[in-house]
Amino acid sequence: MSNLTEIRWHGRGGQGAKTAALLLADVAFQTGKYVQGFPEYGPERMGAPITAYNRISDTPIRVHSNIYDPQYVVVVDESLLEAVDVTSGLKKDGAILVNTQRAKEEIIPHLKGYEGKVYIIDAHKVSMATMGRYFPNTPLLAAIVKVAGIMDEETFLKEMRASFSHKFASKPEVIDGNMAALKMALEEVR
Amino acid sequence: MAKRDRLSGNEAVAIALRQINPDVFPAFPITPSTEIPQYFASFVANGQVDTEFIPVESEHSSMSAAIGASAAGARSLTATSSCGLAYMWEELYIAASNRLPLALALVNRALSGPININCDHSDSMGARDSGWIQIYAENNQEAYDNMVQAYRISEHQDVRLPIMICQDGFITSHAVENIELLEDDEVKNFVGEYRPENYLLNPECPMAVGPYSITDYYMEAKRNQAEGMKHVEQVVLDVAEEFAKVSGREYGLFEEYCMDDAEVAVVMIGSAAGTTKDAIDKLRAEGKKVGLLKIRLFRPFPADAIAKALSNVKAVAIMDRAEGYTNHGGPLGADVMSALFRARSQALAVNYIYGLGGRDVRVEDMESIFATLEQIVKNNDAGETYRYLGIRE
Repeated sequence: MSNLTEIRWHGRGGQGAKTAALLLADVAFQTGKYVQGFPEYGPERMGAPITAYNRISDTPIRVHSNIYDPQYVVVVDESLLEAVDVTSGLKKDGAILVNTQRAKEEIIPHLKGYEGKVYIIDAHKVSMATMGRYFPNTPLLAAIVKVAGIMDEETFLKEMRASFSHKFASKPEVIDGNMAALKMALEEVR
Repeated sequence: MAKRDRLSGNEAVAIALRQINPDVFPAFPITPSTEIPQYFASFVANGQVDTEFIPVESEHSSMSAAIGASAAGARSLTATSSCGLAYMWEELYIAASNRLPLALALVNRALSGPININCDHSDSMGARDSGWIQIYAENNQEAYDNMVQAYRISEHQDVRLPIMICQDGFITSHAVENIELLEDDEVKNFVGEYRPENYLLNPECPMAVGPYSITDYYMEAKRNQAEGMKHVEQVVLDVAEEFAKVSGREYGLFEEYCMDDAEVAVVMIGSAAGTTKDAIDKLRAEGKKVGLLKIRLFRPFPADAIAKALSNVKAVAIMDRAEGYTNHGGPLGADVMSALFRARSQALAVNYIYGLGGRDVRVEDMESIFATLEQIVKNNDAGETYRYLGIRE
């Protein structure tokens, strides 16, 4: 299982962390991988912390537990840096991706001494510029695909267009905005 | 031709139901099973099925309507979880005693209280003596495959009993995983048309369903129900054999993983079996003879076959995802231990309560169970046989 990639998402109810995890499973599946994407719900209400998970592997996945030692962590809402131990178990040779408008140097002190790589993206800026509304999960999805090297950008964008065409079949007008958000996020993550 | 896809467990069951195209589906939503009727309602709206979909006002009514439709001669089903199943209680017994072959897609969730939306088996375990057939799944593929096989078992003329197709709430119901789907035609041909022998809406043969029966016949009626149950094991095996020809996937009454030379074994139901398989692979690599017996058919309980499969193990841990409040274990523990006793087994057996209300089960947890079993063999003493896994004291 050395080819196994494990990702943990921290978000708040309503921000789309679960949807992002399911979309990531979707797009990784399209490239021939074995995948899992699943949420862990706390209280069922808007704003409550939720966790979602991805496993991506070249071999079938049988384990059905949550992920405690991920290679990658995505923080959808930076207020969770204080509320949740987001770096718990995070591998040193992995990385954390934080959605923030602040500079990386300002985020690092909040990561409890995490020694691995730190990436940031301003998903608010990307989302407002491309979709006119705040949907942080679309930019974060693109950013983690790049950070974790899950697939090349061209394949990712091609598969995502197909996925959005299916998901937004009843409102095709939002597809272009979502695609623009993915492309901009691939540039903006750093 | 199989279609590779990735679906949540709920979506997989909903797609199986679309392919089956049942006659009547009354439904009332409850987490985590809500998505099944939700997806299905879209199939109805899109004209992909011609099922009569009936939104009702409670689970008591959804089961009542499914019973009424089945008695009338229709292929019917509903879906539910937890308190929804509890609210169907009296109707479950009516479905079974009237020998109605309807299906229930059950997404296992803890019963209150404390109120909890996550997985354990307390809901379906409480219904284990209601006269329903119960089949459980480890993952989304099995939930789908079991749903496709359900009516062939339930409607079989030697059986004619309702069937509960169970999967673990959230852990499989809301997890997207890889899956292989059959073509619509393959499912349609496999399941076949439902042609009931006796039904209410048959003017050629007027009949009563669910009449009053006092002391002179009640016991014979219950004995007849038991006769139907006696045939289930063979029918499950026959249907599985035919299903393997269509799908290439093999099923039995239970699955044996690394059991051939196992000295210690775990018996369990549901999604944690996959986690246990990973623990077994790890321990096997260290040369440890550990195995898993995963229950698929829980009602009726294939006691003799299970005892036979466990006949060479020195120690066994039976894992219950539900309390029994007997002060000595849970329902699976009681059934497996009684099977071992009947077979005069010498195995040392312990019964664990685990995973209540969604408490996570890790590979490491299952490794610790196997380590305990090794210690039990070494001491030649089971010690306390009623244990809890992962409880904070």
